[in-house]
Amino acid sequence: MHPAPSVIAFTTLSGAGFGLLFWLGLGLPAVTGWVAFVFFAIAFALAAGGLMASTFHLGHPERAWKAFSQWRSSWLSREGVCAVAALLSMGAYGAGLVFFGTRLAPLGWLGAALSLGTVFTTSMIYAQLRTVPRWQSPLTPALFITIALGGGALLAGQVTAAMALLALAGLVQLIWWRRGDRALAESATDIASATGLGRIGTVRSFAPPHTGTNYLLREMVHEVGRRHARRLRVIALALGYAVPVVLLALPFGHALAALAVVSHLAGIAASRWLFFAEAEHVVGLYYGKR
Amino acid sequence: MTTLPEATTRKLGLVIDLDTCVGCHACVIACKGWNTENYGAPLSDQDPYGAAPSGTFLNRIHSYEVQPATGTAQLVHFPKSCLHCEDAPCVTVCPTGASYKRVEDGIVLVNESDCIGCGLCAWACPYGAREMDQAEGVMKKCTLCVDRIYNENLPEVDRVPACVRTCPAGARHFGDLGDPESDVSKLVATRGGMDLMPEQGTKPVNKYLPPRPRDRLDEVDVLAPLLAPVAAEPTGFLGWLDRALERL
Repeated sequence: MHPAPSVIAFTTLSGAGFGLLFWLGLGLPAVTGWVAFVFFAIAFALAAGGLMASTFHLGHPERAWKAFSQWRSSWLSREGVCAVAALLSMGAYGAGLVFFGTRLAPLGWLGAALSLGTVFTTSMIYAQLRTVPRWQSPLTPALFITIALGGGALLAGQVTAAMALLALAGLVQLIWWRRGDRALAESATDIASATGLGRIGTVRSFAPPHTGTNYLLREMVHEVGRRHARRLRVIALALGYAVPVVLLALPFGHALAALAVVSHLAGIAASRWLFFAEAEHVVGLYYGKR
Repeated sequence: MTTLPEATTRKLGLVIDLDTCVGCHACVIACKGWNTENYGAPLSDQDPYGAAPSGTFLNRIHSYEVQPATGTAQLVHFPKSCLHCEDAPCVTVCPTGASYKRVEDGIVLVNESDCIGCGLCAWACPYGAREMDQAEGVMKKCTLCVDRIYNENLPEVDRVPACVRTCPAGARHFGDLGDPESDVSKLVATRGGMDLMPEQGTKPVNKYLPPRPRDRLDEVDVLAPLLAPVAAEPTGFLGWLDRALERL
């Protein structure tokens, strides 16, 4: 799949933003006034900024509001509804903390649930696709949620929780890669089932339908991005999970914490690049590619 | 609503004969022509006369080489367009309700004024039947020429999809696959029509007729070894000429 920068930025930043909102909703840390303002400003900048970035790849962003209508059937629509509900409830909850110094705990819990729900609905947009065997697994929501919880805890200054959750997220990441590398081969779909010609003999793409490229190949058969996959996996694992855990284990300081956050976001961005670039869409089989 | 209908009254679709298709791409051109000039946004091209041409097509023809365990390889031309699936995954993922499957005839369509161009339906389709138009920013797909098949301004012979009407080999057939008595259903039953990627669970309406077994080159008459060999040495004038030239 084509690793669109807008989608990588969206899932990385808003994942961390909604993760932070989850912890703020639980009252961890229990902040009020200016300190709360700074925490909520960071969370909203990440979460809403990421959502804005995701509209950049739409053909008609001016009609994006129509995407709230199909929540009964579409995970993408559910994500939109969940995100707006999370931002509204956390906005009201945050206003109470910042301006009135009061904590409306049930509203915070609701906002926390909706924030985590947003990350879950995002992950289900990918996990529902039977056409991309690497994504179609309960491990995909597990990966997105552990990363958001770990990154959110890191941003919320929950040192112990962040160390445990980031280590767990790193483990889920390793299992996700291991399963993903076998997913296409283990799915029943191959060029034989795609063409139905497998019962005659071995099928090979002889000539594509067009001499140039097309939307399908640009969007869904993106082989170039996989070139440095192994190196990027090491980078993602080190920056996204290992370095933040090590930095958190050192005596706490704001500079070290900031470094841990930057390292984590860079590592997750690398992981998201691979999430798309390594994903094989079955339509590639028609072109003799993967 | 982008939920799928429980059942459709009819199941209009195509039956494509892989035995007959000659790979001429006439259906590709007929499709592009009709669907650029008629319903919906035109099918644009980018850099059509330049170094890297690319464009939107609703129907594309692949060619595959199939190598059996023994014998010679076979070339199969393979037209591919929307299969108007009964369980169309492209419809249910649509966040705006722009994608829908019609109850009356089962055709899968896109309401272009509701499409936000997110591309998720193209991701959900295993067949590559949907392409985002780069000029319009909306998703394009086969409409089964919905503006031809019911069009009473056209002569009756033309009330079929453009690809079917133009095919010089008669490799494309159009009809109601929900009616077991229709010509297309009988054709599917007789020739062993098949689904593409059945394991994806899409239940495609369009069917493909597999190529028939080829004539075998090694089928030689049993009496052949008993026949007298054809004279290898020329006689008469040609024989003299042959010997004369040999001596030179």
